[in-house]
Amino acid sequence: MPLKSRHLLGLEGVPKEDIQLILDTATTFREVLERPIKKVPTLQGKTIVNLFYENSTRTRISFELAEKRLSADSVNFAVSSSSVSKGESFKDTIRNIEAMKVDMVVARHSAAGTPLFLTQICDANIINAGDGIHEHPTQALLDMYSIREKLRKLEGLKVCIVGDIAHSRVALSNIYGLRTMGAEISVCGPLTMIPRYIEDLGVKVIHNIDEAIQENDVLNVLRIQLERKAREYFPSIREYAKYFGITEERLEKNGKDILILHPGPINRGVELSSGVADGLNQIILQQVTNGVAVRMAVLYLLGTLK
Amino acid sequence: MKILLKNVNIVNPHQKLNEKNVDILLTDGIISKIGKLNKDDIKDAEVFDLSDKIVAPGFFDMHVHLREPGREDEETVITGCNAAANGGFTEIACLPNTEPAIDSAEVVEFIRKQGLNHLVDVHVIAAATLGRKGEIISPMAELHEAGAVGFSDDGVSIKTAGILKRALEYSKMFGLPIIEHCEDESLADGAMNEGINSTMLGLPPIPSIAEDLIVMRDIIVAEYTGGKMHIAHISTKKAVEMVREAKKKGLKVTSEATSHHFSLGDDAVKTYDTNTKINPPLRTKEDIEEVLKGLKDGTIDCIVSDHAPHALEEKEAEFEKAPNGIIGLETEIGLALSELYHKKILTLEELIEKMSINPRKILNLPVPVIAEGVEANFTILDLNEIWTVDLSRSKSKSKNSPYDKRLLTGRAVAAINNKQMFYRDKFINL
Repeated sequence: MPLKSRHLLGLEGVPKEDIQLILDTATTFREVLERPIKKVPTLQGKTIVNLFYENSTRTRISFELAEKRLSADSVNFAVSSSSVSKGESFKDTIRNIEAMKVDMVVARHSAAGTPLFLTQICDANIINAGDGIHEHPTQALLDMYSIREKLRKLEGLKVCIVGDIAHSRVALSNIYGLRTMGAEISVCGPLTMIPRYIEDLGVKVIHNIDEAIQENDVLNVLRIQLERKAREYFPSIREYAKYFGITEERLEKNGKDILILHPGPINRGVELSSGVADGLNQIILQQVTNGVAVRMAVLYLLGTLK
Repeated sequence: MKILLKNVNIVNPHQKLNEKNVDILLTDGIISKIGKLNKDDIKDAEVFDLSDKIVAPGFFDMHVHLREPGREDEETVITGCNAAANGGFTEIACLPNTEPAIDSAEVVEFIRKQGLNHLVDVHVIAAATLGRKGEIISPMAELHEAGAVGFSDDGVSIKTAGILKRALEYSKMFGLPIIEHCEDESLADGAMNEGINSTMLGLPPIPSIAEDLIVMRDIIVAEYTGGKMHIAHISTKKAVEMVREAKKKGLKVTSEATSHHFSLGDDAVKTYDTNTKINPPLRTKEDIEEVLKGLKDGTIDCIVSDHAPHALEEKEAEFEKAPNGIIGLETEIGLALSELYHKKILTLEELIEKMSINPRKILNLPVPVIAEGVEANFTILDLNEIWTVDLSRSKSKSKNSPYDKRLLTGRAVAAINNKQMFYRDKFINL
């Protein structure tokens, strides 16, 4: 059964069967990654451009590895090394890249909606690798994959997303995807970082981190983006860490076995204490490994659509 | 030359005029006879059969950006006037966010000169402060003498209450309004209205209170100074409620709504079409309902386009980077007739008041009279023609509009002013 769309722009509106299909396909590729020769010929002859209008190391490398392991030809286009710095418009850049006959574009951009715009100006399959504060679907898919791998299900689980929800593309994709799969979602963070209308998406808002720990099976802890404007939304890092940081003491106090995810990179001592970041509850590095398998699944399913 | 406008209905609420099925004879652009005319009268006249069409005093759009001087690639005074005539307007007022800003008599005179001899009269709204910077009030006396009809820092609010107070006091000497774009800068660094849609689209939000707070400030300062205040492009529920209260108190506060703020909501942004990126942003259903209520009960005095031409390459960009604004002169009357007249929000008389009479009253300009011996200044409407917006036929230099292919009911079929007539895509000298 093929996917319903030839692009992956986000998880909003993506049906359960499609998410299921991607996660199941990823299981197959996860096995490939354990082989001595981690390569399959599935996308031989396909050309993929990794179009990164915003700095990203791990997402780009994860996609690049996924592409190489599927035997696709991939090219990286990074904003600093591109014609954008020479003043070329986004549309002209895309048209030029398309003229070089590419099959798929993996796009990261600081502005929301650019993947949809790409589908209107170019014929390739588009995969959103993060657009502004909108969506980051492959991150949410790998989060779901990792939770499912560990807890054997998604349906009925209680998942809380912790941190700067308002400036996070990971949060929105997680909300859409996990809700579709039957999980119950809450968000927890300073109110200045919770979008005003988030409850309309069927999400519960929690202000107290202890309550969040007690009530949930999974915490997906977001990175506080210290380098961005988000920094202005709370008084100090010290105050954030004190009231919203996850520490061993906090986990112990609430005496609860809870699964902790983090999309990385971690600010140790801010959203996670070092003890938690390296502790038994977290699956942060498994997420990274699974990320490659999930991206292989997405690339494969879109790249082989008729 | 003589032309005969045959079988028209004349509606001018300003004169309490409502005459059905009459003929109007124009001789060299002057109304020479109204009524049932005999054969001798109409000898040599070119006849326009306008059965069931409405002849109204020429429509006036008091919120238009002409981009000249500075961005002649987007619009010039002439192309803007052509679009206005094509949309059914005989007079417009242009705003001062040009480069340089309209803050000197020379720029006012330059713009008026560019528009000379056109069918459409161009009135100039000058900057309220030098360079629209909100620091020093503009030379209003000199600007007034050069022909300015109002003052605005257009695109931004007058920066501080202190400067606003000064501007209102100074402009009071000439009876001219201060026209305010109401937006608290500290709340407005977003790309669309704050709501469930901004959350779902991941677009940085602009809360409605950004507008409300400045409307509140402006009303308070207007009350204190007794100056004349006009709230531009009102778009939120609270702002409409506050203007309604201010009017009840008898303050000199008026307001306008754009044709997009009553015909499009923030759901339209879901496509990330940059032609839905407008400032103030498209709002929610509740806001639209209140704007409609305000239009009906008279809280909102005028309908405007906020015609804002932008180059294609600037609009064809990432949503967050694209400039705000859409063109509107050629869709405004169709939208008003479709959404307000046909949906029974406004009667025809009320619609004519808001699109012809009230803007002139606010700017202290004479309202055209329809009577024998007077030069014709008409907009002729077909209330029932169903037509499809086709941007490729726009006379504007820019094509940034979200209304392409939209089906509308009612339009202007002709505009007559300055001894010229615009009819079926052509200017005719009368």
